[in-house]
Amino acid sequence: MMEKMIFGRYVPADSIIHKMDPRSKLLIIFLFVCVIFLANNALTYALIGIYTFLMLGLSRIPVRFLYGGLKPVIWLVLFTLVLQLFFTKEGTLLFELGPIKIYEEGVRQGIFISFRFFFLILMTSLLTLTTTPIEITDGIETLLHPLNKIRFPVHEMALMMSISLRFIPTLMQETDKIMKAQIARGVEFASGPFKERIKAVIPLLIPLFVSSFKRAEELAIAMEARGYRGGEGRTKYRELSWKNADSLQLGFLVILTILLILLRS
Amino acid sequence: MKNSIVSLKDVSFQYDTQERYALNHVSFDIYEGEWLAIVGHNGSGKSTMAKLLNGLQFPQSGQIHVCGIELNEESIWDIRKKLGMVFQNPDNQFVGTTVQDDVAFGLENNGIPRDEMIQRVGDSLKKVKMEKFLYQEPHHLSGGQKQRVAIAGVLALRPSIIILDEATSMLDPRGREEVLETVRLLKEEKSLTVISITHDLEEAAKADRIIVMNKGEVFREGTPEEIFSMDEQLVQLGLDIPFSVKMTKAFRVQGIELAKQYLSEEELVKELWTSRSNM
Repeated sequence: MMEKMIFGRYVPADSIIHKMDPRSKLLIIFLFVCVIFLANNALTYALIGIYTFLMLGLSRIPVRFLYGGLKPVIWLVLFTLVLQLFFTKEGTLLFELGPIKIYEEGVRQGIFISFRFFFLILMTSLLTLTTTPIEITDGIETLLHPLNKIRFPVHEMALMMSISLRFIPTLMQETDKIMKAQIARGVEFASGPFKERIKAVIPLLIPLFVSSFKRAEELAIAMEARGYRGGEGRTKYRELSWKNADSLQLGFLVILTILLILLRS
Repeated sequence: MKNSIVSLKDVSFQYDTQERYALNHVSFDIYEGEWLAIVGHNGSGKSTMAKLLNGLQFPQSGQIHVCGIELNEESIWDIRKKLGMVFQNPDNQFVGTTVQDDVAFGLENNGIPRDEMIQRVGDSLKKVKMEKFLYQEPHHLSGGQKQRVAIAGVLALRPSIIILDEATSMLDPRGREEVLETVRLLKEEKSLTVISITHDLEEAAKADRIIVMNKGEVFREGTPEEIFSMDEQLVQLGLDIPFSVKMTKAFRVQGIELAKQYLSEEELVKELWTSRSNM
């Protein structure tokens, strides 16, 4: 289940977006999140919509994967829509039923904010759908590199992230094994009252914790035996390469930003 | 003719939490190009030995020399380049997210330039016959394959000595054979020195020399033939005699005298069918 959440997200495909440098993708997403707040009328929202769908088209990700990313948050979008509808009290009154009053501005805000949400989710899923977790880690590491100057442990953080990524499937397998062992001893994970089921997690978590600590210790010894002594003087095997397409994409977003500034009301 | 590559002189070591010495005045030499097996049951001090050899622990007294360098706080990083280690648990020594990243880990640590890294990663994976798995993630590999990747990671650093610290004990028989065969071929090709720390006497039978550890001391040292002739004594030390040696003994009890101790099943089977057909 977790594996699907984290690894099933990446959809391999041969597209321009897949081949982009993770740094440019991270930058674009970060800028996009800021820029989207510039939109405040139908025209600017339409522009953002066109941009988002253009990017989605370029990524060649099948629609069902995008829908998979949207599904868990669709309720959140609807909830904000309803909240805006009922609680914005500006503009002309459109509809009245007892205590419920819906104003024009509420409808406008509701639709805009839902769209903003919708585009944000699509763009961020685009990042995780087209970029492997390890690429994202590498991207973050190089982007945060300047923080080394203020003694922020960038290398250590990136190594931690990549080791966690590497061990997720291992721990999944282990959880599965412990679960089966405990089921064989009569623990019920799937049925019974809620309180009992929560309690049943304890004999699963404790062995998992114990073995994780053991793993961590052995891993540390193995790393040290292979000459690991921190980020200093280390070279990197995985290399990121910034291509023309990356600059182009970034330029594209800058143009969008300028248009938004010009066209917003 | 025999050059000592590792030497221990009067080495003693004690863990903080234990009263007994894990190693008690241990001295011996390991020679260049040999396959040495260090055997002993749990708590005999054999694993402590591995930790001392690459400076994961330091002895309270005595000296250790590796490739002529005295082991101390300053020299451990140089020594670790010369002395590669493969550990017991295949999962807990796999650092990279893919096979190639894992092999590169040691190279990255030592600041090898990227172009050379790519070359070395490719070469060492070819040596362990894992070159087709470059982009594979560890959870899709078998235990034996993971251990071969670990060996490739060690090889990439071009060591002179490889230590197998119970490296085959968590593998199935096929994986074990796979790993040992890989090490055997590499040893021939690169004239490596192999130190295998194990409690599996079948594995030790294939070594050039065996050191038997007991209660933190060197109990006996000799060729596999010499060691297995100890027989009952080995069983008392908590070690299991290889099947072929047991069989030879059983034959003797039945009054069938065989020419010598047989250390592998093939040897024994060959002797049996040839001797019968002579009659």
